[in-house]
Amino acid sequence: MGEPQERRAVISGAAQSDIGRRLYRTGIDLTVEAALRAIADAGLTTADIDGVSTYPGFGGSFGGAMGAELHEALRLSLNWRSAGVETAGPLGAVHNAILAVATGMARHVLVFRTVVEGSGGPLRPGSGGGGGSAGSAGPFQFMIPYGAASAACWVACYARRHMHDYGTTRTQLGAIAVNGRANAASNPKAIYTEPMTIDDYLAVRMVSDPLCLYDCDVPCDGSTAVVVSHRDYAPDAPAGAVGVNAIGTAIRGRPSWDQFDDLTSMMMRHTAASMWERTELTVDDVDTAQLYDGFSWLTLAWIEAMGFCGKGESGAFVEGGANIGPGGPLPLNTSGGQLSAGRLHGFGHLHEAVMQLRGTANIGVEDCEVVAVGAGGGPETGCLLLTRGPS
Amino acid sequence: MSAASPPRFVLASPESDFYWRSGADGRLRIQRCGDCRRWIHPPGPACPFCHSRRIGPEPVAGTGTVATFTVNRKEWIPGFTPPYVFAFVELDEDPAVRIGTNIVGCEIDDVEIGMRMEVLFEESGEWHVPLFRPLETRAARGSEGS
Ligand SMILES: [Zn+2]
Repeated sequence: MGEPQERRAVISGAAQSDIGRRLYRTGIDLTVEAALRAIADAGLTTADIDGVSTYPGFGGSFGGAMGAELHEALRLSLNWRSAGVETAGPLGAVHNAILAVATGMARHVLVFRTVVEGSGGPLRPGSGGGGGSAGSAGPFQFMIPYGAASAACWVACYARRHMHDYGTTRTQLGAIAVNGRANAASNPKAIYTEPMTIDDYLAVRMVSDPLCLYDCDVPCDGSTAVVVSHRDYAPDAPAGAVGVNAIGTAIRGRPSWDQFDDLTSMMMRHTAASMWERTELTVDDVDTAQLYDGFSWLTLAWIEAMGFCGKGESGAFVEGGANIGPGGPLPLNTSGGQLSAGRLHGFGHLHEAVMQLRGTANIGVEDCEVVAVGAGGGPETGCLLLTRGPS
Repeated sequence: MSAASPPRFVLASPESDFYWRSGADGRLRIQRCGDCRRWIHPPGPACPFCHSRRIGPEPVAGTGTVATFTVNRKEWIPGFTPPYVFAFVELDEDPAVRIGTNIVGCEIDDVEIGMRMEVLFEESGEWHVPLFRPLETRAARGSEGS
């Protein structure tokens, strides 16, 4: 192929609203806060923003706000707007913005993901999880009648099969949660920061065995916004522009939690492969990885999908935390991830990637030039390969 | 599973209506292509392999193997009293047909990947919800005399 056209885009601004367990604020209130901060961070004003992209938008799960709400709240004048849940996971909103910029449909796209879950009610049949609409007569109809109402139940099934086939242990899986908690201590916006040991992890109550409480992320309220701009703007971005080297969007398998061909991997296997097909960079170039941990096992699946280790080897790779901790060969989820810093649905990982490439992360990776970001689980996964400066 | 039946929130689609009623005569049915003869699950509007519209439910043996499972320790839905096993069972006719279900009729700690299973049905209103129990218990049940 010629130059991948996503390289015409950069991330010129990034910011978050206040984040908390229960803020009792509306989604649009949080969204406006994050958006205005991101626009200022990019050295722009609302008059410069000519595109808006979000996930999931109207009717989506996990609360949030619609693109049209932000459009109206800031009285934006847009050339392009997009929102929807049928993307390559939550980062699909970023992919869409990148494509809009690359094709000239917009020059500065405000992308946001807002969650209002901490203040929300309990899970109900019909409210679903993992981005699904559990109350529909769709694929979830084959799991809800059996009390499998949460993505925790579905991910637990993959985790158990991974343990069965590859000998992965709970002690190995626990390294994801322990690593996240240790990193969260340096993140002033993190939800849980008190120290956690692997023994704490092994002692906590089970939720959907083999997943325990600490394998599940923590619902929160908060909004993350980034500005995706044309790379022509990069020299003018006051905080520094982050380059988009490649995006991963492929969904080559069955779009299903329960009918996917392999119960030890998920759609990220295809998504990550498609990202590497679009770049001359390799896993060896990656300085830090921000990989989705809505459930800890999803991070193992991402590590394998990205190729940081072989199939089935992720348990051994993360065990003890030396490979994934600060100073290790692959610092992972350096702001604490969702397990400890809150379920920002992949956008916390994206924000942290930007901070790493700017050199402003709380736990900075030295000479950080390339970051891999992967978000989502099950059939809804997407990824990004980002660089310091335009790619 | 506790003695009382949990709430079975069945929301059938026109394509899947047969699936949730099939157990009325004690048989599990899966959609099958009348042309290429492959099994289709979840049921859809056409054969995804040869695109034939000549599709319909056909009985299967109702036996299969546990592909994986979770033991739920949390009450995700009020009335689903933990602990209970949610599993995927792959049918003998075609392991690509993977059925979400609850495992009943054995101790929770005895459930294992690879265990042989057979279907049974729980009546819930107008539906017959497919559940699975260990195939090995058939002999044991017979010896109990009843
Ligand atoms: Zn066919």
